[in-house]
Amino acid sequence: MNIIRYQRVPQHELSVAFDRFANLREEFDRVFDTSFGSVFRPLGSLNRWNPAVDVYQNKDQYTVHAELPGLKKEEIELSLNGDTLTISGERKQETTSEEGSGTERFFGKFQRSVILPVPVNAEKVNATYKDGILTVVLPKAEEAKPKQIPVSVN
Amino acid sequence: MNTLTRDQNVPAEGTVTPQKEFADQRQVYYVTPPADVESTENAYIVRAEMPGVDKANLEITVDKGELAIVGRRHIEPPPGEPVYLEIRRADFRRVYELDPAVDTTKITAHIDQGILTLTLPKAEAVKPRRITVD
Repeated sequence: MNIIRYQRVPQHELSVAFDRFANLREEFDRVFDTSFGSVFRPLGSLNRWNPAVDVYQNKDQYTVHAELPGLKKEEIELSLNGDTLTISGERKQETTSEEGSGTERFFGKFQRSVILPVPVNAEKVNATYKDGILTVVLPKAEEAKPKQIPVSVN
Repeated sequence: MNTLTRDQNVPAEGTVTPQKEFADQRQVYYVTPPADVESTENAYIVRAEMPGVDKANLEITVDKGELAIVGRRHIEPPPGEPVYLEIRRADFRRVYELDPAVDTTKITAHIDQGILTLTLPKAEAVKPRRITVD
C-alpha cells in the first residue's frame, strides 16, 4: 500500500476518502446484488469516475492495470512526471437520445495517479489497451534495480 | 409492461446455483456490472461495463422471460507480486426480467473494449389472436 501517498497533500486525502466511498458502494453492490451507482450519484463531489487500478512489481518492472471500459485508445492519456504515473481521459456517453437513459455508469473526465517508489525508465514505458483494460509496463531504472554485492568473509 | 429495466435481485451474490462447469464448487461469486438501459421506439439498448471480458467469455441467455448476462474475466496476472489491488477478480453477472414485447429471437449483442451492448428489438404491436377451441 505504500505506493499510494496518502499524507501531505490535502487534496489527495480527499481522494482517498472518495475511494473509500467507492469501496463502500461496491460493498453495497455485492451484498444486494445490484448496482447502487444511482444511489451514490447525488453525492455531488463523488460524482466522478475513479477507475480501479492494480499495481504489480518484480525486480525489473512495475505493471499497472486500470479498468477503463468503453474508451478509444486515443482517448487515454498517460503521463509520467517524476515518480508519478497519471492516467487520465474522458469518456463520452454513447447514447444519442437526450433523455437520461440510466444512472449507473460514469461519464466525463477521470484521472488516476500512481506513485512509484523507485525511478523508472521513462523511455521504455509501454502501454496496451485490450478488452477495456489498460496495461502499463514501466521498467525500473538500472540504478534502482537491486544489486548483488558479494561480501567475502575472511 | 416496461419490465426490462427491472433487475431480478435474486439470487443474492454468493448464493447462485453453481453452473455445470463449476458444479464441484460450493459457491460462485459474481460482481454486478454497472449497466444503463436506454429505451427507444424500436428497441431497448443495454450497455454494461465488463472490463476484461471478451467475446468468447460472454454468455447471454434468455430463459423463462429472463435475460441473464454472464461475463468471465481472464486478466493475465503480470509478472511479480501485487503491490496494490483494487480490481475485483470475480466474474460478472446480471439478470433482467424481459418486457414481453421484446422479440427474443432478434436480440443482438456485441462487446467492444469491455462494454457489452445488447439490442433487444420490440416486436411489432402484439396483435390480438383468436384461439380456436377444438
